[in-house]
Amino acid sequence: MTEQPKASPDAHGRFGAFGGRFVPETLMPALFELELAHADAMQDQAFRQELDGLLCDFAGRPTPLYEAPRLAADLGGPRVWLKREDLLHTGAHKINNTIGQALLARRMGKHRVIAETGAGQHGVATATVAARFGLDCTVYMGEEDIQRQRLNVFRMRLLGAEVVPVSSGSRTLKDATNEAIRHWVTNVETTFYILGSVVGPHPYPAMVRDFQSVIGREVREQLAAKGEAPPSLLIACVGGGSNAMGLFADWLDDDVEMIGVEAAGYGLDSGEHAASLCQGQVGVLHGARSYLLQTDDGQVKLAHSISAGLDYPGVGPQHAQLRDSGRVHYTAVTDAEAVEALQLLSGREGIIPALESAHAIAELYKRARAGELPGDARIVVCLSGRGDKDVEAMADYLRNHPNEDIGARP
Amino acid sequence: MTMKQKKDAPSRLAPAFLNGMCVGRPLVIPFVTAGFPDKWSTPDVVEAMCVAGADMVEIGIPFSDPLADGPTIQHASEVALEGGMTVAGVLEIVESVRMRDDTRDLPIVLMGYFNPLLAYGLESFLDDAKAAGVDGLIIPDVPPEEGREYRAACVERDLSATFLVAPNAPDERIRIVDQFSTHFSYCVTVTGVTGARNEVQVRTLEFLRRMRSLALKPFVVGFGIKEAAHVLELGPHADGVVVGSALIDALSQGKEPATVAAELIAPLRAAAERIASSRE
Ligand SMILES: Cc1ncc(COP(=O)(O)O)c(C=O)c1O
Repeated sequence: MTEQPKASPDAHGRFGAFGGRFVPETLMPALFELELAHADAMQDQAFRQELDGLLCDFAGRPTPLYEAPRLAADLGGPRVWLKREDLLHTGAHKINNTIGQALLARRMGKHRVIAETGAGQHGVATATVAARFGLDCTVYMGEEDIQRQRLNVFRMRLLGAEVVPVSSGSRTLKDATNEAIRHWVTNVETTFYILGSVVGPHPYPAMVRDFQSVIGREVREQLAAKGEAPPSLLIACVGGGSNAMGLFADWLDDDVEMIGVEAAGYGLDSGEHAASLCQGQVGVLHGARSYLLQTDDGQVKLAHSISAGLDYPGVGPQHAQLRDSGRVHYTAVTDAEAVEALQLLSGREGIIPALESAHAIAELYKRARAGELPGDARIVVCLSGRGDKDVEAMADYLRNHPNEDIGARP
Repeated sequence: MTMKQKKDAPSRLAPAFLNGMCVGRPLVIPFVTAGFPDKWSTPDVVEAMCVAGADMVEIGIPFSDPLADGPTIQHASEVALEGGMTVAGVLEIVESVRMRDDTRDLPIVLMGYFNPLLAYGLESFLDDAKAAGVDGLIIPDVPPEEGREYRAACVERDLSATFLVAPNAPDERIRIVDQFSTHFSYCVTVTGVTGARNEVQVRTLEFLRRMRSLALKPFVVGFGIKEAAHVLELGPHADGVVVGSALIDALSQGKEPATVAAELIAPLRAAAERIASSRE
């Protein structure tokens, strides 16, 4: 095996050649302050107890590790477990992180939080903890995403958050993030930025990973409690990469294969996708050096994915390092493959996954069909979210692609 | 001229700042986005500014994700990119500016985000920028911690590397930025993004006084400056004043560069001169 990268970034927030703090100077004092506050909080027993308590009683942890027999049969007989992050409060893994950051915001005396959101899951998870802790909350969301995730927009409003539509550039997650950063630069002394994935300037990639790493730790405990041997394969979808890092982080030193699945949109050859690790070049966006979809002239390209949560031209810097070291293998599946997988999992297991999570399921089907899934494989899939938010987008898609509709019970 | 001579050409920056200090007034520094409002007009805009009294010019390299910029410069960047502006195109603009009599010796710094320069290749970019006649760089998303290699590469070519500093910086941070900037630092008036503003905050003046007491090198002030009153208020506390969004706003209205320069830059220069004469 190749030399394993260290799990933590160095003092400058670098994961090898990636990461760092490429931000306007105005944010530097805030990033130093956040780094210290986070390190200090994690040493504080009371903070950790409160975090664990909320993860348990408010968010619903531990989430089940469910063995999926009919999916496994479909895949030709490996063992398959679904880590059910979809059963968390608000419907996705995002809340693991927002609880942690909201506790930090309160500890640092900030009464206002802001967030960017794509699918709206991180926005909802932020609005939820803001309500719980009595913090003012503003969420930046691209106009296109507001259209395709209307349900989540309304949920955020019910939770008392202000949703600010972003009309610049791609009108999706990339520009929502730009706008959130601009707002943070302007209100840095009063506002805490709750970033939603393992992206952005240091310490966010490490901090968000640490808050999400409960996913992989629970998998370890749960398999052991069931008397099961460790898994041979971990698989998760990758947008910014937080659910994947959450699953992988605790296993990086183990002898287990890992796959991150990006969004191939209309296909990797179409040029319209969100597969920054598979097809991007190294660059700097949103405060970190990582892989990035960009033109030859260094302009950031628009990403495309049917799944708003994966529709992002960048990716977290630790994934970039794990890609280059070969520790994790990254691949991509198309919109059509994800749509099919969403329908298959719904019909086989009675679980409607988020379109994001469906990308991980789709990769398993792809491998099984290609004869690349050994019958004795022991697979853990991060089912990062539930599909309620995508029902409308799915209905639209299947109306426009009737021959991809595989019926209620295939 | 051979490459060798160009490499050894003394920077136009140090004399400009020295001159400002001798006469006791801040330099007037317009910012224009390369390729705005179109690909061809930037050299004319730069020349008009110079003729109207600009002491130095900042030329912005457009980027798809300008996260330190407000709506005005975001829009200018979008228009410039849609019009086909590229990093190489920006260097061509500088070359053509250098061929004109009025702007041959005008100090020029480029302001741009890091990614397009990395995509070009940082070392080749700095070589080509030097050869085109650029005097220095300002990269708003590269703080000192990320700027070691870039700074060293600039120093090697006698290009200036300017780092930014904001009112929320602790004293220690101000010292770091002052040390890291090769020729001059850039103070932003507010914690915020670019964009014309109406009033000067008390905090900005306090910040500039703090800067003056701590910094060893010259520094300019920018973000939000749009009129003579701002120059009169801020100018005495800095070595240069940058005006950007107000200029882009004026160009957006479709006015000729010469008109914009006469209406906007000339009064700023006059205000700067008044500071000098009030000091005598
Ligand atoms: C359910 C779900 N899964 C995955 C993602 C992608 O984010 P990440 O790659 O950070 O897990 C999102 C983002 O919105 C999401 O809502």
